[in-house]
Order: sequence, then structure tokens, then C-alpha cells
Amino acid sequence: MSHRLNRNAPHDTTPESSTTRRRFLQYTLGGSATLVLGGAFVGADDAEASVSLPELGEILDFADVIRLAETPYANNLVLEVTADNRVRFELPRLDKGQGIATAFAMLVADELDADYARTDVVLSDRRADRPFSITGNSAAIRALWGPVRSLSAQARARLVTAAARRWNVSASSLRTSQSKVIATDGRSATYGELSADAALVLVPLISVTPKSISQYKVVGTARPRKNARDIVTGAQKYTLDVDVPGAMPTVVARAPDIKGAVLSWNGSVASSMPGVLGIVPLPNGIAVTARTFKQAFDARDALQITWRPGPVRGLSDANVRSTLQQINTPLTPVLPLVGSLTATYEFPYLAHAMMEVMAAVADVRGQSAEIWYASQSPNYIAAEIAQAIGIPASKVKIHVPFAGGSFGRRLFGEVAIEAALVSKALGRPVKLMWTRNDDMRHGRFRPMSRCAIRASWLAGATLSFEHHVAAARNDFRHGLGDALSAAGVNVVPDLFNQVGFVTMISLPYRFGSTSTKLVEREFNVPTGSWRSVYSGVMTAANEIFIDEMARARGYDEVDFRLRHLDSAAAERCLRHVASAGSWGRAMPPGHAQGIAIHAEYRSAVAYLVEIDTTGPEPRLSKAYCAVDVGVPVNVSGLSAQMQGSLIDAWSSMFRAGNHLDDGRIREGSFGDFLWSRMNHSPITTEVHVFPAEAGAQPGGAGELGITAAAAACVNAYARATGTRPRRFPIQEFA
Amino acid sequence: MPVYTLTVNGEERVVDAPADMPLLYVLRDLLGITGPKYGCGVGICGACTSHIGDNVARPCIVPIQSIGAQPVTTIEGLANGGVLHPVQQAWIDEDVAQCGFCQPGQIMTAVRLLEQHSNPTDAQIDAAMSENVCRCGTYVRIRAAIKRAAAASGSR
Repeated sequence: MSHRLNRNAPHDTTPESSTTRRRFLQYTLGGSATLVLGGAFVGADDAEASVSLPELGEILDFADVIRLAETPYANNLVLEVTADNRVRFELPRLDKGQGIATAFAMLVADELDADYARTDVVLSDRRADRPFSITGNSAAIRALWGPVRSLSAQARARLVTAAARRWNVSASSLRTSQSKVIATDGRSATYGELSADAALVLVPLISVTPKSISQYKVVGTARPRKNARDIVTGAQKYTLDVDVPGAMPTVVARAPDIKGAVLSWNGSVASSMPGVLGIVPLPNGIAVTARTFKQAFDARDALQITWRPGPVRGLSDANVRSTLQQINTPLTPVLPLVGSLTATYEFPYLAHAMMEVMAAVADVRGQSAEIWYASQSPNYIAAEIAQAIGIPASKVKIHVPFAGGSFGRRLFGEVAIEAALVSKALGRPVKLMWTRNDDMRHGRFRPMSRCAIRASWLAGATLSFEHHVAAARNDFRHGLGDALSAAGVNVVPDLFNQVGFVTMISLPYRFGSTSTKLVEREFNVPTGSWRSVYSGVMTAANEIFIDEMARARGYDEVDFRLRHLDSAAAERCLRHVASAGSWGRAMPPGHAQGIAIHAEYRSAVAYLVEIDTTGPEPRLSKAYCAVDVGVPVNVSGLSAQMQGSLIDAWSSMFRAGNHLDDGRIREGSFGDFLWSRMNHSPITTEVHVFPAEAGAQPGGAGELGITAAAAACVNAYARATGTRPRRFPIQEFA
Repeated sequence: MPVYTLTVNGEERVVDAPADMPLLYVLRDLLGITGPKYGCGVGICGACTSHIGDNVARPCIVPIQSIGAQPVTTIEGLANGGVLHPVQQAWIDEDVAQCGFCQPGQIMTAVRLLEQHSNPTDAQIDAAMSENVCRCGTYVRIRAAIKRAAAASGSR
């Protein structure tokens, strides 16, 4: 039992003074913190033995690995019922706009029969006793669904038991509603009034089994996100808005080259400029701290720096492309007299480019550090910070603010390490911000990838489907968020990446003999998982290829999929959008529909889009989506993810990409990284959410939409123009 | 450094700042008004969009010396006390925001659009709103919220 668990044990939660917020009932049920730290990695090792089986992703997917890793810590969560009758759950995940804080508030309130308006979800500080607290692979609901329901059911049972004792009635005669326990004679008590007594209940007198899904009244409805009002009034605090007394604005002068380092520098002019408080050399730049960001920028620009060439100097897109072509596993030659189709699809480096640039606040004092950083993997970041500033990881406290987007970028936290180094050097708290240029030119990228696909058929039967990917290596050094698997990635990156690849991809079709292979090469261009990771590229390529194959064989694209689909959920989604969007309806020249499906994360989705290619640039006019996530929690939040995924898809397949020029990234901001704006968006995107069925389990949602949306857009374009897109983004290479 | 007197969200604020300091850093670093966000620093993303006088402006590229007597309104000054502006309410009703980082700027742009076109067409929405980037892709809901706010204002 850790210190934290002891501190939170019921006997220790005596009422505090009335001037502080009083907390009574607070469970942190003892997790088996000493058990099986490496369990997930061992499981993944087993998976590696079957690396050539593309179906493996349907048996065990990457989020299962995260869920299994979480299992020993399932009960190690914090749920409070406060004396002022609020329910407060500490979510050990990052909400970066995907809406999980709201979804968990719905789930807690529903299971606990709490007043939803009085149910608060806050983002937990880093918990060293929850090593696998990683936000990724659309796994948050899947990993915590069971534990949060169980915890909430336990809390409700204790509150009911406390009321039964107070009134000397049978616990089973009591009911709960809107944060109250109500007796048959009409007496009632709020959860807040019962909390202190409930904390003393050791054995509840009613069942602690969670409700069945059919009993839920909040889960499965549409709720605005909990912080919607804060967002629209400007009250929402992001990292740089947090008021840390004395934390001063800090920016970093960086090399023009990726990972360029300082050869020599002179800060005599900069250091005497108004407002400047300190100048600190860093491994990849020189930091300037000043009273305002404006003054920090001015002093940064006055630094005289000579840079060493970066390690990627000499490398450009063309070199990476040709290397990927050379290293890709050859496709199997096609037998004579058999029909076949072969195609390659190429994807560029792609920045995450979330609206909130990387930023962190750090206060390093002596042998301890307090950090504010919106991290997807706080334990990993704490270990990195500890190593950088030479203190034990146990002394690194990390607060996790709500984030302005992430898309995978916040699995890493270079900015937090830099902030800690500067704070340590200056002996004062600092708030360090990467500029948009820093973010774009020194950030991380979805790896450049080349997908080679070949299928063969004889009459109506598909004989084979091969997909061989060559890609720049994706950086998974965050592991599963814990120290052990992160260390494992460092030692055997190929193993981890192969496991990730095989568990993420799926080919939900009966296509005869199938083969999927990934070859990766390290180019020293920083990479990182980008929303939907491997499937956003390679499964999207599959769906584009399948459309081409259907046409080559004379099939309607929907009919062809229905003949081959091996996923009931995907089939249901496909049929829904085909009907809602009137698939096959007559369209004017230059207009077309496009359709695609995806099944991953124990979920399925289909998109049907309509494109108009007759204007100065192609544009979607409308879109339909149908999504089956097993158990939708917040229908509004889920629909928002599907709508947003379509914008990501359009942006990445038609408009935006990054270019490597002699070891530098060409794009610097939203002026040349051409992410979609309002005038590139469909007017409407209708989303149909399939409700939960009895016995269903929740699937993932955050990344689910990317793959099918990307393919549907490209398929519509191909049908409208009669072209076969091979290189993305289309508007650059058409 | 020169001293400026600004009217921000209806209050007079006195600041001591270099003449070329962009309003964004005056607001955020000197006045603690953090609703306007840094998204690009060069006026192309719209995350800091606020109103200066009658104009929609990008505080990240507006030097303090150019503001003069024009009142400045940020997202924090849009509501009337506890009563939200109809555009803010429409944003909640349509559950527009995901990460929310761009939304103060989107809302300030939409407010001015609706002052100029009380019932904007899709083309007018495209024209007015396309200078604001939303990386989460909330555009279909922004459009719906603008139409909802227009309808709410029209029915009053």
C-alpha cells in the first residue's frame, strides 16, 4: 500500500475544518500494486509469434493490451462523495477534447444514482501507483468501464448501508436517486449527509454488482461536455493559463535543422534587453526567460548562435521515398490466368498540429519538481524529467491540465523536460511555450509510409490479398506509459512496433490468403503515433484499394463489400449509410459518392460522403456516418468524434502534409500546413449512433473514424474524376 | 516604457508596455486575461480573435500603440454578467467544442458575422469563418450553432 492509499483510507478521512472543503467518503480500494508489472509485455511477446496473421488484431487489439495492463490497478481509483453533496472522480487519463471527462461523469452518475449536475470529473495528477495510466489507442472507456462501474456501485452500496443503519430499516427497502437515499416512508438523506457514515461501512448490506446497461438512464444519451460553459466564456484553463505564482514566460531559440545543436553562442545583447530574467542553454537550443512572451521573443531573436548541422542534414523526401520503395517486402508474383490488381499508396510526414502548442510550467526546487503538463503518459514523462534534472522520479509531481488537442502528440513531452531544465537552472518557476514554428519544425510526425497492395481473383472468388508496408519507424518509446515497457521499446523497438502494428490492423473481409507485413526504417526524423496510428494509413489504403478492385471486377462498391465482409458490425454500419445516403443515386458530372468502412477497437464505422469536384478545388457537400461502439456513453461526444475525424481525413488526404528538405521541415504554421477550415468542410455530417444492445461491451471511439473517413473521401474523388490517387495529399499531387 | 490606458471588457486598465508589444501579450502576460489564445502568433489561425472597436481583430499582431481609445472586448467580456451572449448559448446547445482552444476566437468571429448578417447564408458563413482554424474539426457544429443563434435572435 502506498502512502497515497494510506492517506486516503477511510479511517483517516475525518472531517477537516469548516473552512476547507470537507471530504468524507473516499475510496481507494487497495490495488494489487505489486502484481505483474510486465504482464502486458509478456502478452505482447506471445502475439509476436503470430505476426503474419492479420486476424490477430481481431482477437487481441492494442487497447486490450492497455486494458490488461490496467487490470491489476482496476480498483486503485479515487471517488469522493463530499459533505457538500458533490461526487468527485479523479480520472487517471488526459481529456484533450475527446470528451472522456464528460463520459465518465455520465457513467459515475448513472451507476451511483448521483445527480449528474453535481458529479465532477477532474484529471488526476500523475499516479506512480498506476503505472499504466496511458491515454491512447482509444482505450480510456474500454480500460476503465469495468473499474469505474464497480467503484461507483461500491460507493452506492455503502451510502445505502449507512442510511439503513441511521434509520434502522432494511437496506434492501431503500432506493437511490439524484444523490439521495430514499426510504419507503418518504424519509431521505443526501449522499453528502451520509458520506461520513458510509466511509465507516466495511461490508455493504446490498449488492455491489453494477447495473445492467439497460438500467442506465444517463449513459447512452447526448450531453454537452461538462466544461462547455467554461470554454465559451474563456474561463477554461489550459496549461499556460494556470496561475502559478512567479512562473515566467520562456521560449527557446532552435536550429533551422531538425535536432540541430548549438555550436557556439553569445547572449550579451539579449541578456541586457528589457524584461529578460535569464538565458539557459539546452541540449537543442537556448532558452530565454522574460517578464512577457513578447520580451522573451525579442531577446531570443537577439541571441547570436552558430548551429551544428542536424543529424538529418542531407535527407529529403525523395531519399526517404526511394528508401521505402527499396526496403519494402516484395509482393508475391501473380499466377497466370488469374485476375489481379496491384497498387501503391504513399503518405507524407504529417504533423499533429494541435491548436494548443506544446507548453509546460515547471517549478524545480532542490530535489523535487512540480510540473504542469497535459500528458498522455505522465509516468513516462516523470521518468524522463527525473533523468534530465538528476532527481528521483518519485520527486516529480505532475499536474495534468485539460489539453487543447493532442492526436497522439502528448504521448511525449519534450517541452516539460525543457521547462524543468530551465527552472532548475534559474531557480524559479517558468512557463515554457513552443511557438507554432517550434511545434511544426521540431515536433513529431506521422511517419512517411508506402503501402503496396496486391490482390488476385478467379471469377467471383478472391484468392489472395497482400499488403506490405514500408514506413519510417514510429517512435513508441513511451511504451505503455510505464517504465518497464518503455525500457523494452528502447531495447527492441522492432518487436514493440510489430506488436503494435499487428494488434492495430484489421482486414474484416474474406479475401482468401492474406498477408500483411511492416518494415520500418529509422531516419532520425522525430515521429510519433498520430490519431489511429497504423490503420489510419494502411487500412485506409486497403479501403481505397478495395474500391478500385470492385470496379476492376465490375462490382458495385457496396455490393462488393457486402459479398466479402466478415464483420457483422461493419456490415450493419455500411448498410445504414448506404440507405441514409441513397447510395447509387444519380449525380451530376464531377459529383460522386464515396463509401468506406472500418472495424477496430471493438467498434465499427462507415462513412458515405458526397463530393463536388467542379469548383476551384474539390469539396465535400455532405456526409453520412454510422457508428457502432458497442456501448455509446455520450452520444453527442461520440458523434463529435466522427464529425471531427472526417475533417482530419479530408485535411490529411487532400490538403496537408509536411515536407523534409535537406534535414529541415518546410512548413512552419497554418499558412503552409493547409489544415481544413470552414470553407473546406461539408455543410452537414449526419451521424447515426447504434444504441447498446444487451450484453454489449464498449469499444473505442476517439480514433475510429479516421480510417473509413479518409478512404470514403478518396473513393468519392476517384469516382468523380475517374482517377486513381496514389500519393497524398491529393491536392498536391493530382 | 510608455504607459497606455486601455478599455478592456468595459474596464479601464493601465499598462506599462513597449509600444510594439502585441495586444495578445498585454492581455495574457500583463493583465491576466487568458481567454484569447496563442495559436500561431502571426495572425493566421484566429485563436486570439477579439474585438477592437467595431472590428474583429487578431491581438497577436496588433501593437498596443495602435489601439488608442478603441475599446477591446475579449471572450471574457461577451456575456452580460451571468447571462450568456446568444452565440455562446448556441455553442453550448449544439455542444460545439471539443478541445475548445480555438472556440473563443470562433465565437468572437461569429458574433461579428451575425451583427453584419442576421441570417447568414452558408456562403457568408464560409467567408466569415474560414480565417479561424479548428484542429478538432468542429466546423459542422459551428455552422449549426451560428444558424441556431441567428434563429434565436430572429425570434426575439
